[in-house]
Amino acid sequence: MTDAIRYIDAISSTLRQELKRDDDVIVLGEDVSYGGPFGATAGLSDMFGPTRIVDTPISEGAVMGLAVGAALAGRRPVVEVMFADFITLAMDQLINHAAKLRYMTDGQLSVPLTIRVQGGVGGGYGAHHSQSLEAWFLHVPGLKVVAPCSVDDASGLLAAAIRDDDPVVYLEHRGLYWSKGSIMSHVDPATIGLAAVVRPGADVTVVAVSRMVQVAMSAAEKLAADGVDVEVVDLRTVSPIDLETITESIRRTGRLVVAHEAVVTGGLGAELVAGVHAAAFNSLTSPAIRVGAPFTPVPASPHLERLYVPTVDDVIAAVLETLPER
Amino acid sequence: MWRIRAFEEKASELFARGKISGLLHLAIGQEATAVGVCGALQASDQVFSGHRPHAHAIAKGADIGRMFAELAGRRTGYCGGKGGSMHLAAPEVGFVTATGVVAGNLPLALGSALASQGRGKTDIAVAFFGDGAVQTGLFHECLNLASLWRLPVVLVCENNGRAEFSPLSAHTVVERLADHADVYGIPTETTDGNDLPGVRAAMDDAVDRARSGRGPSFLEFLTQRLRGHYEGDPTHRRNDAERTEAEASDPIGRYARLLQPMLGDTELEEIAVRARAAVELAAEEALAAPWPEEGDLLANVVAGS
Repeated sequence: MTDAIRYIDAISSTLRQELKRDDDVIVLGEDVSYGGPFGATAGLSDMFGPTRIVDTPISEGAVMGLAVGAALAGRRPVVEVMFADFITLAMDQLINHAAKLRYMTDGQLSVPLTIRVQGGVGGGYGAHHSQSLEAWFLHVPGLKVVAPCSVDDASGLLAAAIRDDDPVVYLEHRGLYWSKGSIMSHVDPATIGLAAVVRPGADVTVVAVSRMVQVAMSAAEKLAADGVDVEVVDLRTVSPIDLETITESIRRTGRLVVAHEAVVTGGLGAELVAGVHAAAFNSLTSPAIRVGAPFTPVPASPHLERLYVPTVDDVIAAVLETLPER
Repeated sequence: MWRIRAFEEKASELFARGKISGLLHLAIGQEATAVGVCGALQASDQVFSGHRPHAHAIAKGADIGRMFAELAGRRTGYCGGKGGSMHLAAPEVGFVTATGVVAGNLPLALGSALASQGRGKTDIAVAFFGDGAVQTGLFHECLNLASLWRLPVVLVCENNGRAEFSPLSAHTVVERLADHADVYGIPTETTDGNDLPGVRAAMDDAVDRARSGRGPSFLEFLTQRLRGHYEGDPTHRRNDAERTEAEASDPIGRYARLLQPMLGDTELEEIAVRARAAVELAAEEALAAPWPEEGDLLANVVAGS
């Protein structure tokens, strides 16, 4: 265990560790040699030079495809997508090549590629710099998707993504960048595909992802004062979903709330609830409830942004709705 | 070239007989570019093709039996029947993959070249694409990147004058497609793509440039396809004059006329006969091969699956 460090520093130190460990790891992205807008890659260029820390033009589609090509040749590229919204420009290469090449070639090719995607609401950045798009990636066979909330996972899941032989979309919420925690897993990477019970409780299971785990934890603390015992599950991996941990929790609590920052419609929550229904419907004692954003683009005005983003109060209301009248 | 022609004609026949399904884009008429380009490469050089890939794969050394099996969806195909015609892959011979997305293979080739360059190797990458790819945004991003990083890549444009159903003039006012590469400072050559020795000479220069660290080249080969965009293309019609002109520029006929004084008619005919016999045998074996099994459906989505 190390001293408390920031989430963003956990990302940089893990990149540094993996670049040192394996000469085939390379970092590509816009302005990565300058550290990028939030400093995730700061200092790497001095240590590893321009052949491994590669500044790219603003050509998201070509850079994603180029990273796939380098991965096919045995490199382990880490591509930084500066804002999640810009991955739309690279979706063709991500979906049609990164995700499919192993299957289309029946295992002759593999794409050991990590895509670091910074996103989430905050700061009034508006509709083109704020989205949470995890549901898009969840829909694609061949992609793995992780969304760390804790500092420990920011490190452990990044190391796991880089060492994985398949493309992994690594979702970072910029609202977490300055949150602090300790890294427990500096040597051993985390396991992709496992959720974690981060707060045990008996009454209601709240499954949350990315920054919403922090929101769910705050909601659970407040509800505890009112005598409601909430169990919080940090999903950690969006694809594949760890239904086992979730259903095991629901078998104890009988109630489910899913919380994500993305719009509710067609979201991760829908898939999760459907999965729970298939696996453990009889364990549910009340309808599952989804907490997320309304079905609108992300507004820029700070006032509207506050109304848009799901809050502690939204999670509390959802939890109370699953409980019988008290 | 004869083997490619025989393969494509057999594929056409098998498609007509319902033995091959899917979308089949044949390279009949474009054999010289495949052979001239791939003939200049080493085994470890990496080729990335598009939706019309059979000729490139054969020219790079892929086994025609496993190719037929792939086209016919059989378990013994290169991709176990999961790829099909447009997604052929024979990485063991340096034919890394083909793609159904026009221009989609360009960045893959660039990435392969970047990996080679970064490891200090001399292997080069080649991307084949048609004139239709030149109007995509990805094409221009890739030309810029290839030039910016002096990547060891050869960009091979097979300009057959048709993008899907329509003539090139309906897609762009740029008449010489290599002009696009001039803008990015990439050395170019526009030449007759039906002249095998000419294609080879242009490619030799480009390979030398890439392998010696002098960066990318853009080769524009003017050619034609003698079939439709795909087998069953409803718009593929030629009048008599067009047909006569196309046949006069058939790269195989032209190369045969070049070889005739040296080899004579009998030997040339034997080359064609041997190619057709090899193709017949390969096709027969492929069609007798087993279908994929139920468990194959879910295999290889991710590693270990």
